[in-house]
Amino acid sequence: MRLLQDQIAKQKLGESLIIQTAVRILVPFIQLFGLYVIVHGHYSPGGGFQGGVILGASFVLLALAYDQKFSMKYMSEKANNMLGNAGALIFTGTATLCAICYGGMFLDYSALDKLIPLGPIGWRSFGIFVVEVGVGLAVMSIMASLFWVLGSNGEMDEGL
Amino acid sequence: MKALALLTALATGAILLYGTMDFPAFGDPQSPAATHLSAYFIEEAVRETHVPNLVTAVLGDYRGYDTMFETVVIYCAGLAVVSVLRKKKSRAPENKS
Repeated sequence: MRLLQDQIAKQKLGESLIIQTAVRILVPFIQLFGLYVIVHGHYSPGGGFQGGVILGASFVLLALAYDQKFSMKYMSEKANNMLGNAGALIFTGTATLCAICYGGMFLDYSALDKLIPLGPIGWRSFGIFVVEVGVGLAVMSIMASLFWVLGSNGEMDEGL
Repeated sequence: MKALALLTALATGAILLYGTMDFPAFGDPQSPAATHLSAYFIEEAVRETHVPNLVTAVLGDYRGYDTMFETVVIYCAGLAVVSVLRKKKSRAPENKS
């Protein structure tokens, strides 16, 4: 909030106060909704891809309403890259863990029952959740970094 | 040459459209695709995975392999774009004397 108020104080030409205020209010709710879509994928339409896109879109919105540097104060490039890598690794790592360490088949989450006893069926449900979180992280990171790189000509500076 | 290309495109499109006439009707429960796996998923998915949303159950569990490589494809696309386009900020030329 502090950052946003400072930014507004030194208004740049051509940036609308109304849009910036609306974005400032909306972005936390957009991110909360993105998390909800990921977590509630078991019970309603949604899941990792959709939630990840919503999370990534919140950073794109910040970059459009303010500028790119400003959106990167919320998610640094390094953290973003690490989250993307972690997301892809969570999915493939879970799958490999089932196959290699616990004697199940590749992507057979019920094999992880030997790691934490939740019951085979419980693990099939929980495994889907773990995997969806990984997908969400990867998609969010890729969305944001694609926009940042393409929008700033590769320099990760002011951007559009 | 352009007329020939247009003709080829139109002919291919017409053949493809003709091919769709042999498809089963949309949502036909007796179609081959709907008689084997669909019935199994609808009957067993909730019991086997405890996930009420069948789409998530199929996407995350039964077809997890597919979803995994979807994620990997997106990841690779992002990785490629970043590694090709990302560049260091251009600085003032250094004076090496």
